[in-house]
Amino acid sequence: MRVEQISVFLENKAGRLSEVTRILAEEGVNIRALSLADTSDFGILRLIVNDNDRAKEALKRHGFTVGKTDVVAVEVEDQPGGLHRILSVLHKANVNVEYMYAFVQQSGSNAVIIFRFDNLDEAVKVLKENGVKVIEGEKLYAM
Amino acid sequence: MIYNIEYETMPREALEAIQLRRLQSTVERVYATVPFYRRKLQEAGIAPADIRSLEDLRRLPFTTKQDLRDNYPFGMFAVPMDNVVRIHASSGTTGKPTVVGYTARDIGMWSELMARALSAGGASRGDIIHNAYGYGLFTGGLGVHYGAERLGASVIPISGGNTKRQIMIMKDFGPTILTCTPSYALHLAEVAVDMGLDFKDFRFRSGIFGAEPWSEQMRAEIERKLNLTAIDIYGLSEVIGPGVSIECLEAKKGLHVFEDHFIPEVIDPKTEEVLPYGVSGELVFTSITKEAFPILRYRTRDISSLNPEPCVCGRTHVRMHRISGRTDDMLIIRGVNVFPSQIESVLMETEGVEPHYQLVVDREDNLDILTVMVEIGEQAFSDEVRRLQDLEKKIAKNIKEYLGVSAKVKLVEPKSIARSEGKAIRVIDNRKY
Repeated sequence: MRVEQISVFLENKAGRLSEVTRILAEEGVNIRALSLADTSDFGILRLIVNDNDRAKEALKRHGFTVGKTDVVAVEVEDQPGGLHRILSVLHKANVNVEYMYAFVQQSGSNAVIIFRFDNLDEAVKVLKENGVKVIEGEKLYAM
Repeated sequence: MIYNIEYETMPREALEAIQLRRLQSTVERVYATVPFYRRKLQEAGIAPADIRSLEDLRRLPFTTKQDLRDNYPFGMFAVPMDNVVRIHASSGTTGKPTVVGYTARDIGMWSELMARALSAGGASRGDIIHNAYGYGLFTGGLGVHYGAERLGASVIPISGGNTKRQIMIMKDFGPTILTCTPSYALHLAEVAVDMGLDFKDFRFRSGIFGAEPWSEQMRAEIERKLNLTAIDIYGLSEVIGPGVSIECLEAKKGLHVFEDHFIPEVIDPKTEEVLPYGVSGELVFTSITKEAFPILRYRTRDISSLNPEPCVCGRTHVRMHRISGRTDDMLIIRGVNVFPSQIESVLMETEGVEPHYQLVVDREDNLDILTVMVEIGEQAFSDEVRRLQDLEKKIAKNIKEYLGVSAKVKLVEPKSIARSEGKAIRVIDNRKY
């Protein structure tokens, strides 16, 4: 039920993001989804890629600080209220969302949203009990 | 191991008798041969015959770095150039270098002191010493080299730089003792990791590190990452070079000053009063055996204190506390004295933070702004912005609590802070005066 996400520390300096994309391109790593959180000083780039180990190893070799986190990929109906239904379910169950971002590919006619939860197991349980479709990591990397 | 048992464990009374005799002869000699000292002593109304006890030392005038610059290059030499066999000079980053000379006997004495120092740090005949101090005008490289040869150890004169090659040689030659600056030791550890190598597979037992101030926490870091016992060595070219004082393996608590050759004092840098044992202030040294470049009451600008308590190792020589800062490295931030080493201590106590930092001081609207740049390691990194901001706040809070000064903390990428192969650049002061 978990999807592996890698995160990279970036200084707010020109060219750092393109350095990451250059390294991944050279390694033949495909970026499946990404989100960039930033402050005035630094940013955290979160990535879902088709080969986590290869990406992490290459970035570390080039001196980046890299972390690994488990996130959850959720299918969301691509129509008004689709995302709202999922957030209400989580809210009612008191599950906190740390952050979320959209996946590039659709799953059939549904959109895919990546969620980072404080309590991942509890969140997955609540989602499943409410009939929300959670996508497996292997399936997602190959999408 | 004690290299020279007779002198290093000499009872205090006998030691002090030797010190007085040697001090008297040094004062007589510089009075006769160095115009600078003769003038200074005359101005102070002191004749060499006035030195009747060790207490009379404090009547002598101080010598400063500026005095050495004013007499650049050879004005402070006490022997004709015929008798000088070696010349060294300080780096001169803050002006003209200061130049020092050695007679053949000075070199012999220095070699003996470095043999004592290496021995106190755990080296002996069978050891291979990887000497990564710079060879050249800087006293570090050749100082260790001559000491290693005197000791009978095998020395690898690798000097500084070309780090990858150094690590290959460590792997292939199996040196057992490492000598370099503490920041270069950490740099070596980083590069070894990058090369996929582990210091645990090397044969090092001890490392003898000096030429820049470092902290107890940095020692722990080096010992962990390089898998060796880290020993602090102290020296400066104006006094002789490395080998003025050394920690002993047995106590690792304070550096024994080779008092049969140098007399240490600690003074208040402002009032110039001599401070009692245990009180921190500026270190002052008088050489009592040197021929080419004797020096009276040299103000080192290094901050330390003296501890006369007997040591478990058996040496009777007084111990100086590891250097806690420099009177000239000291930053005054909104009226508060700040030493880079204090910031380092705070960082080392913060979990997951690497001891790589740089202090940047700016002045905005007549207010000093201190920014502490800290490299973020994998341990402290998080995918959540909030956690990293909490880390920045925590460091800032600890600095405020420990030093009483507000600082902006800025996390930066690993290895983004300039490292020289020798000394780390810790402070950038952008204020205009």
